[in-house]
Amino acid sequence: MTPLLSVRDLIVEFPTRRGTLRALDRVSFDIAEGEVLGMVGESGAGKSLTGAAIIGLLEPPGRIAGGEIWLRGARIDNLPREKMRRIRGRRIGMVFQDPLTSLNPLYTVAQQLIETIRTHMDVSEREARARAVGLLDRVGIPAAARRIDDYPHHFSGGMRQRVVIALALAAEPELVIADEPTTALDVSVQAQIIDVLKEICAERGASVMLITHDMGVIAETADRVAVLYAGRLAEIGPVRDVIQAAEHPYTAGLMGSIPTLTQEAARLTQIPGSMPRLNAIPQGCAFNPRCPRVFDQCRTARPELVARAGARQVACWLYEKEAQNVG
Amino acid sequence: MTDFTPEDRPNAFARAWDSDIAWSFRHSPLAIVAAAVSLLIIAAAIFAPWLAPHDPFNPASLNLMDGFTPPMQPNQFTGNVYWLGTDNQGRDVFSTILYGARISLFVGFMAVLFAMVLGITLGLIAGYRGGWIDSLLMRIADVQLTFPAILLALLIFGVARGFIPPSMRDAMAIWVLIVAIGLSEWVNYARVVRGAAMVEKSKEYVQAARVIGVHPARILIRHILPNVMGPVLVIATIGLALAIIAEATLSFLGVGVPSTQPSLGTLIRIGQGFLFSGEWWILLFPSLTLLALALSVNLLGDWLRDALNPRLR
Amino acid sequence: MSGDVLLRVEGLTRRFDISKPWLNRVVERAQKQYLTANADVSFEIRRGETFALVGESGSGKSTIAKMIVGLLEPSAGRIHFDGHEMDFASGAEMRKLRRRFQMIFQDPFASLNPRWRVGDIIAEPIHTFGLLKGAEVTREVGRLLDLVGLSSADAGKFPHEFSGGQRQRIAIARALSSKPEFIVCDEPTSALDVSVQAQILNLMRDLQDEFGLTYLLISHDLSVVRHMSNRIGVLYLGRLVEVAEARALFTDPQHPYTRMLLDAVPDLALSGRRRRPVTGEIPNPIDPPPGCAFHPRCPLVMDVCRQTLPQPRATASGHASCHAVAAQDALSVD
Repeated sequence: MTPLLSVRDLIVEFPTRRGTLRALDRVSFDIAEGEVLGMVGESGAGKSLTGAAIIGLLEPPGRIAGGEIWLRGARIDNLPREKMRRIRGRRIGMVFQDPLTSLNPLYTVAQQLIETIRTHMDVSEREARARAVGLLDRVGIPAAARRIDDYPHHFSGGMRQRVVIALALAAEPELVIADEPTTALDVSVQAQIIDVLKEICAERGASVMLITHDMGVIAETADRVAVLYAGRLAEIGPVRDVIQAAEHPYTAGLMGSIPTLTQEAARLTQIPGSMPRLNAIPQGCAFNPRCPRVFDQCRTARPELVARAGARQVACWLYEKEAQNVG
Repeated sequence: MTDFTPEDRPNAFARAWDSDIAWSFRHSPLAIVAAAVSLLIIAAAIFAPWLAPHDPFNPASLNLMDGFTPPMQPNQFTGNVYWLGTDNQGRDVFSTILYGARISLFVGFMAVLFAMVLGITLGLIAGYRGGWIDSLLMRIADVQLTFPAILLALLIFGVARGFIPPSMRDAMAIWVLIVAIGLSEWVNYARVVRGAAMVEKSKEYVQAARVIGVHPARILIRHILPNVMGPVLVIATIGLALAIIAEATLSFLGVGVPSTQPSLGTLIRIGQGFLFSGEWWILLFPSLTLLALALSVNLLGDWLRDALNPRLR
Repeated sequence: MSGDVLLRVEGLTRRFDISKPWLNRVVERAQKQYLTANADVSFEIRRGETFALVGESGSGKSTIAKMIVGLLEPSAGRIHFDGHEMDFASGAEMRKLRRRFQMIFQDPFASLNPRWRVGDIIAEPIHTFGLLKGAEVTREVGRLLDLVGLSSADAGKFPHEFSGGQRQRIAIARALSSKPEFIVCDEPTSALDVSVQAQILNLMRDLQDEFGLTYLLISHDLSVVRHMSNRIGVLYLGRLVEVAEARALFTDPQHPYTRMLLDAVPDLALSGRRRRPVTGEIPNPIDPPPGCAFHPRCPLVMDVCRQTLPQPRATASGHASCHAVAAQDALSVD
């Protein structure tokens, strides 16, 4: 079966006066129908850029310098702007970190929802309004029929993010890209928003690409998780496998460095150093200067993603070596 | 203060050359031309006594017979040739422009300096202190902004003349002019500095200094001031162009520097009297110089504003 | 650990005047408006321990931190540091006290002056308190940089040459340079990535062990708080709702809000623990609900909660302010 979204060898570059920076370097992954894919990484790893590249909203001077993006078997990375605009909203919905950037403060929630619905679907004003109320009700806005005529600033942060989710789902998209949807919210509100997002997408059969730095959110929401490091995929696989038995040393380090509520470790495992800046990505494996298991090959050649047991892929020489030894 | 400047770092010139601002400058032809024109005029003004072929302020060297010589043509009586011609008193227009630009630029720079010092000081205090001091200073600024700058300068000029004894008027005129223009421009600096200081004071590096009890004056000067200088430089550059024009306007209106020591504005005022009698060069060349100077300084200011604004990069 | 109290806060209250300007008030006939960021907050921090204050936005946790280090003046209440009452208006005496406490800030990009060299930044407290002179300062700065895991050659660089984690190390070196006993850490890792957060948390622990530092840790992240602290205070809308030993708070939370907070933390262990759904949002602190401020969201709400403010009641390792907890205690006694 063709996956809903397929990203192949995606390269995103930023030309600067000191040379071209490669922010995403040959990133490949699929999102299956109805699947929630988590995209994690530290700031600057390129997770938001991946989302922006897919929906064709890279901020200039950033540009796609290579690779292909396919949505249900059709290429979308080279579409003219007008066609891409129609896909955005209709087939791919978006939820951003700050609800205020996705809502226009000058229009009521009703106006924005109805406009989105009628842009993408052939329905009457009255029908669109009914749909909009239904959506708001579904995302958990109390007294939706009355509150729909309020302006965005009348809503609290969490309620606003619910409105944004309703807006993203208004045209019944096949894929929702959620970029840090809960980062700006309080802990007690975060959980509610994640639940709403997850439920409503499952209900409508929409796939989700959930971009976040928060492993906890991924653990609770995603089916599979992709780990980005310095613009490259380090590991991708089912959430449970990756979290409980990470194979890439970076993922393992990342998991060890998260303090948890249940265990009381005297010291956290720490990865020395920090992620390289884009203008100083080391030769070979980008993680090699910080890797506890580094060996010669890591310093000279970049490892490719190799398939592992249980639908997992890892880009690390440790496993290619293993594969070679066996073969 | 201990010096933490390392020795093995690239020298100041190499670092400046490599900086973003220098890069932006090298890639902006307009900025390069504007800088070249400004520097040329400034240099010509500074070295006027050595560059000028005649001394227009020395009555002994003037020959009234030379009056009204057109540019590049021999005078019909004396046969002398002047590049840009002469005025009614036989003064070489090129030399008067050099000396005139000198006075215009001196007044401009001093007025900007005065406005800057006053504006930065009041702006820092208003922004950092807040409260009633802030309200008071900003209301004064608001009121002042409702008057056109020239009108205010005229007012200040008029008041000052009332206080200064007639014998000292000519000598003091230039300083009165500087204060008048400076006072009408300080608001721009004060507002920008106040805004920037309010932003900076809430930043954590200022709080870190306050936690250890660093004196507010020291926080203002050592911490906040260096971080608000970017926008100030932009206003100062554009303000220089404004001050030069303000000076020219006042001198044109006859309330500026005395005609024995003409600035570009005075020259234009003198020149416009001869425009309709056919001696166009007396007006044209000082006007062009003023235009070139004000325009190039202004363009430089515009470029600097864009180069310092990270969002436009 | 001794029971020796280093910092004692009593009835700390802070109101902010958020009224519109005078002219607008006259025209619109509006009243003066106040926001109570903190009301009647009292706690003690023992020498050598890490006391954490957790809370969501609007809980006033940063306001408490700012009042303790003198960045904000309390509207009411007292702060005692090692037996001395802090009076930020008094000059000379305060100077001596000031050297003994320091602060680490949240945003490592804003907490270092971008125009200063790292060496000057770290040396500022040394110069301000006149602790060392000349070449000794350079040597001390080098030693501090070394201590926080940077190199003494970094003293000549500017902050923009460092990553977020390295900048936070510089901020820690600056905090340590006056040889303080007590450090207020205001969300020290919330702007950092997790792998860097681990480095900074480990560093803070190592430094605490080495110098016997006392920390007040302000954070919204329960797992960080769990990892770092000995005792924890939970804030809701400016009031302390529960104080307990760290372990007790996580295994046996008393206040319903504490329980809700714990339930909201995503479960990384994938234990399949079904979380109780969290409901509602934090009310506007300008106009908090009457009685117990948590009552509109509380699963255990009773009539009394809507009318009277619950008083703190002793629990196993601290205290909690909740009518329901009080009622439960009464039942179990019977």
